[in-house]
Amino acid sequence: MNIELITGLTETTLNIRKNIIRMITQAQSGHPGGSLSAVEILTYLYFQEMNIDPSNSKNPKRDRFVLSKGHAAPVLYATLAEKGFFPREELLTLRKINSRLQGHPDMKGIPGVDMSTGSLGQGLSAAAGMALAGKIDGNDYRVFALLGDGELEEGQIWEAAMFAAHYNLNNLTIFIDFNGLQIDGPICEVLSPLPVPEKWRAFGWNVLEINGHDMEAIHYAVQSAKLVLDKPTVIVSTTIKGKCISNMENVAEWHGKAPSISECEQFLFELSRGGL
Amino acid sequence: MAKATREAYGEALEEMGGLCSDIVVLDADLSKSTKTCVFAKAHPERFFNVGIAEQNLAGVAAGLAAAGKIPFISTFAMFATGRAYEQIRNSICYPKLNVKIAATHAGLTVGEDGASHQSIEDISLMRSIPNMTVVVPADAAETYQAIRFAVEYNGPVYIRLGRMAVPDLFAKEYIFQPGKAVRLLEGTAATIIATGIMVHIAKEAAEQLQAEGFSIRVLNIHTIKPIDKDAIVKAAEQTGAIVTCEEHSIIGGLSSAVAEVLVENFPVPMECVGVRDTFGESGIPKELLKKYGLTVDDVVLAVKKVIARKA
Repeated sequence: MNIELITGLTETTLNIRKNIIRMITQAQSGHPGGSLSAVEILTYLYFQEMNIDPSNSKNPKRDRFVLSKGHAAPVLYATLAEKGFFPREELLTLRKINSRLQGHPDMKGIPGVDMSTGSLGQGLSAAAGMALAGKIDGNDYRVFALLGDGELEEGQIWEAAMFAAHYNLNNLTIFIDFNGLQIDGPICEVLSPLPVPEKWRAFGWNVLEINGHDMEAIHYAVQSAKLVLDKPTVIVSTTIKGKCISNMENVAEWHGKAPSISECEQFLFELSRGGL
Repeated sequence: MAKATREAYGEALEEMGGLCSDIVVLDADLSKSTKTCVFAKAHPERFFNVGIAEQNLAGVAAGLAAAGKIPFISTFAMFATGRAYEQIRNSICYPKLNVKIAATHAGLTVGEDGASHQSIEDISLMRSIPNMTVVVPADAAETYQAIRFAVEYNGPVYIRLGRMAVPDLFAKEYIFQPGKAVRLLEGTAATIIATGIMVHIAKEAAEQLQAEGFSIRVLNIHTIKPIDKDAIVKAAEQTGAIVTCEEHSIIGGLSSAVAEVLVENFPVPMECVGVRDTFGESGIPKELLKKYGLTVDDVVLAVKKVIARKA
């Protein structure tokens, strides 16, 4: 990746982060921490990798993305708006009555949302189903999904993990947003899913480990996954919950709390200075 | 002739699979029992065993449907609607994805496996989910029609199938009209509304009552949701008394669905033949139907009781 490209993508991440803060503040509810930790991953996928077209959002041959950790809806909505799937102004209707932007993604309402999610543990199965459909039809689209690390505590994830490996779904690449925190505290204290990479390896996946805020690392991981012909790939992405907002970083309380108006101004100011 | 609706399902699915290449079938390690093995043999490239993992079964089907496939998923009704309830609700019905849940071994007539495998709550669970259509075929011909409907209709459908052989009620030429009750017998003194394997039992009871001088209407409600309100209200208006028959708990199943229509439109005396808030047990189907009050005699008694209440 050249410098200009990385600079451009970084600028996009800042816009997306600002909109995450704005929309959650406006809604006075939502999940900022786990939205901010996944910004680089979604930015890379939507602005660099995925074969998608906002003017043809239902194209059967498009690449697909499933936000298995559906509570991070703000990062998905902000990314889709930035990409042109719907107007940015609509972001401020998040979680409000009659809005398309439901608290958790509703594929019926919002252009560009490939799967309705929100109940943790279910998105990976759906992503595997999409990948399987691609195999059946001989379509070469790719399916991406983003899982939370706390979400790995759901049993269905491991049913789906077995399934995707058994059917050699090498067109499936998933990210784990490994920020180490869930609502009630650190994942290793609540109910440890560790060790994460070893578990996926044991389940038959190609496992990559990266810094989930490093655009080049994301790039190399996604591209190298394409070279694996017999396994699905999991990219275990170490991230910081609340990334780029100093008061939020690594604070579990910001999992599902909205900033006040004055906090919002402070956070936007911090972001306008280019983040941390 | 008698045939289990699961057998008819297996045959119908194989045939539909040949006509429609979008059909994909998934099973959770019970393909020999659910009869999806027939499809698997004919169309192996479109059959996927997910192993003993019903939550993933429902979830993968949602993904396949989101990508344009018509997935049929099968396992026992207990595990399909019990274990995977929330996946069916949130991954299939909320986005209104085109998944067909054809669940076999419903009700007490699973038999010897006992209460852990006898689903008597599945109609209740499935019909309470928005966007879900619920179909309970009464015999082989109706099963074939129900499967054809499920293929043609775009949206989630739950099809409740049985393990035990049931007598043929309909000829091969029978045409199924989704959401429309089938009047099997005409009558004026009361109406028996039945579904699934209880339809032939209800018909037999009505014939017996006929011989005793009672004129009894029999309605087969194959589509429990959306339910045929007109036929139910008309039955109440014209016969003045209703008896429902189902191999399911009377809490939330056919009787509840019928009662919901009656209380809002035309309340009349009503009796319910069904499982009364209890688990089943091991036994042969015939013994179970007797012990839990689902026989011709039970229906006859209920009809006489409801007619007495009319006065």
